[in-house]
Amino acid sequence: MIDFELSEAIQQTRRMTHMVAEQMMRPISREYDEREHEKPMEFLETMWNVSKGATMTGGDGGEGERARRDPAERTLGMVVAVEELCWGDVGLYLSIPNPGLGGAAVAAAGTPEQKQRFLARFKEGKPKWGAMAITEPHCGSDTSAITTTAVRDGDHWVLNGTKIFCTSGLMAAEKSDGFVVVWATLDRSAGRAGIRAFVVDAGTPGMHVTKVESKLGIRASDTATIVFEDCRIPLDNILGSPEVKKTSHGFKGAMATFDATRPIVAASAIGVARAALDFVKATLEEQGIAVRYGAPLQRLTALERDVIDMEAQVQAARLLVWRAAWMIDRGLHNNLEASMAKAKAGLVVTQVTQKAVELLGPLGYSRRYLLEKWMRDAKISDIYEGTQQINQLIVARRILGYSSEELR
Amino acid sequence: MVNFEPTDEQRLLQQTLAAFSRETIRPQARPADEADAVPDALVSASWALGLVSDTVPERHGGHGSPRSALTGALMLEELAYGSLGITLHLLAPRLVTIPLVALGTEAQQARWLPRFAGDRFVAGTAALIEPRWDFDPTNLSTRAERAGSDWVIEGHKTFVPLATEAEVFLVYAQTAEGPGAFLVEAGTAGLQVEEREKTMGIKALATYALRLDGVRVPAANRLGGEATSAQPLIDAARVASAAAAVGVARAAFDYAREYAKERKAFGVAIARKQAIAFMLSNMAIEIDAMRLLAWEAAWRLDRGLPATREAWLARQYAADQTLRICDNALQVLGGHGYIRDHLVELFLRDARGFAAIDGLAIV
Repeated sequence: MIDFELSEAIQQTRRMTHMVAEQMMRPISREYDEREHEKPMEFLETMWNVSKGATMTGGDGGEGERARRDPAERTLGMVVAVEELCWGDVGLYLSIPNPGLGGAAVAAAGTPEQKQRFLARFKEGKPKWGAMAITEPHCGSDTSAITTTAVRDGDHWVLNGTKIFCTSGLMAAEKSDGFVVVWATLDRSAGRAGIRAFVVDAGTPGMHVTKVESKLGIRASDTATIVFEDCRIPLDNILGSPEVKKTSHGFKGAMATFDATRPIVAASAIGVARAALDFVKATLEEQGIAVRYGAPLQRLTALERDVIDMEAQVQAARLLVWRAAWMIDRGLHNNLEASMAKAKAGLVVTQVTQKAVELLGPLGYSRRYLLEKWMRDAKISDIYEGTQQINQLIVARRILGYSSEELR
Repeated sequence: MVNFEPTDEQRLLQQTLAAFSRETIRPQARPADEADAVPDALVSASWALGLVSDTVPERHGGHGSPRSALTGALMLEELAYGSLGITLHLLAPRLVTIPLVALGTEAQQARWLPRFAGDRFVAGTAALIEPRWDFDPTNLSTRAERAGSDWVIEGHKTFVPLATEAEVFLVYAQTAEGPGAFLVEAGTAGLQVEEREKTMGIKALATYALRLDGVRVPAANRLGGEATSAQPLIDAARVASAAAAVGVARAAFDYAREYAKERKAFGVAIARKQAIAFMLSNMAIEIDAMRLLAWEAAWRLDRGLPATREAWLARQYAADQTLRICDNALQVLGGHGYIRDHLVELFLRDARGFAAIDGLAIV
């Protein structure tokens, strides 16, 4: 039966995460936007202690997490929580120590033994981070063009190559006992079929962070370049089968990670969009300007029309995100719906935050308020975890019944 | 608990109506548009589906499904997919039966419902829309004034479906305490059906201007009794607009998609060009987005939650998107889209209606 009411448990989660967003994130939001490359360690340690790394990605968060959340609503609960936290500050949210996207890959493609070996650490000890390394200087969306190599040498894989744009890469590779999941090719001539994901523990010799990017937004989150130079890792650190066959599902398995992570990233976009929308509405209310819902369109001011359009856009995107998450919880294949949600949310947050800055004029542009920051933070949502265009391509292929060869 | 899955019963209904829409309604979409009329045979054939009698409770002779705006939204999408104009004709009596079930007193239901549960199509209609550029259903120009034990209604309406054959009119009029709805029998003194409206689209549906010149009805004819607000019906009409818009958008999208997979340029199907493929992917995303907004507003109506804001947002969003989707669908067909051999120009003309008017359907 179609129902839009969040369960009591999720509403509880929402209240708690909203409190965190409002009381712990907002007060330091501006500070860590300005102090790029510094970490709010007090906040991060508090978050580590309360969550002990409950995954943000639908991965195996362990018994504690299972007990707290009804597995039938785990992903839905997560997207609701992520929206709230990112309403607080998306850069800080991305910095929270947890298995991250690397953890999602392990959860999606790892064996039970690998999940235990790599994820158990997030339940104890000091704060840890996981990261995912896919993008290279010369390839982004076209992951089949990856040039980082993995070559077998006795009991080890030897990795060589350069990865860029790794979210939390510095924290995962060098500043904690976390790990980095690296996409590399076993056989370049095999194209996609040769690509596998490998887990590299923090501090492994041959793995170096050579650069931390300075960015338009999400400045509280580190985005690293990681170089692999004869980096040797154990044989059983490969996710999936090492055999390269034309029919291999290794690549598909890795791509399936995105079906789980895109709704989460889309939810983070909704949080930023709502922050901007709430700010606009609060400002209008202070000025005694009421938006007349239901009045004839012809009678509305341009301002009212914009606000109404923003609200409808945000809610439409939110419902697409909820549906994609609900499908995961139902065990349904959500490749199409995850990309729809991501494409829509990425565009909506970009447009809504830009419109909000426009509507509030000098207040929108001033760094005295957070709105200009949200506009800068927003843009990444339409890029990372699959750009607008790559998600459109995925949607197009699915609705047309075309393979990646038929629609390039 | 959040759930995006219709019930088994709703799914069965969707399937039944989708088949009827595809096989029976769609082949008549073009002829009905050209002829400005829905064939009688189609109206009769649809009667067996129980589209109207299903809204009438068993005690009043109908099939008696409980009212559900959500089920209504699912129905409208499927039927409007076939043809919006034909759908609005077939469902016109629901403009009377649904408000009666939603707000009517037991006596009002007993008096006006049974005639809609018979073995043939009986027309009923609503007079909501007014000929004003800034028409506002919550602030109507048509006035109902109390005169002793009667109400006297004065005003001018337009786009009243099936007004020449309707037995009962639900007339929306402003009262001292906001919009109210009044049951007016055909033939009541002062109720004058004027000329048929000529419209850009939705041509299959016959709509008329209506003048209410001192129309006097007893107090018992005010829907729901004294002081009952018609706002929930206005919300339900907006949800209906949104849901029907999804159906029209989907019709245009499917048409363009199939064309794009057939039509070749530079040696390949144009659907294999990203310029075209991305137009189609955007359509698919927006169709799902507008459907979910419509569902959510319908769900709020069914739950008895305040829905004015949500219904309006859903309606507004659907109106914008449907127009854009139909326009893009036509663009995918290029010059062929402009020719009346193809249905997309009809979808575009129909879609324009959503941005201009509500009140031709209700859920």
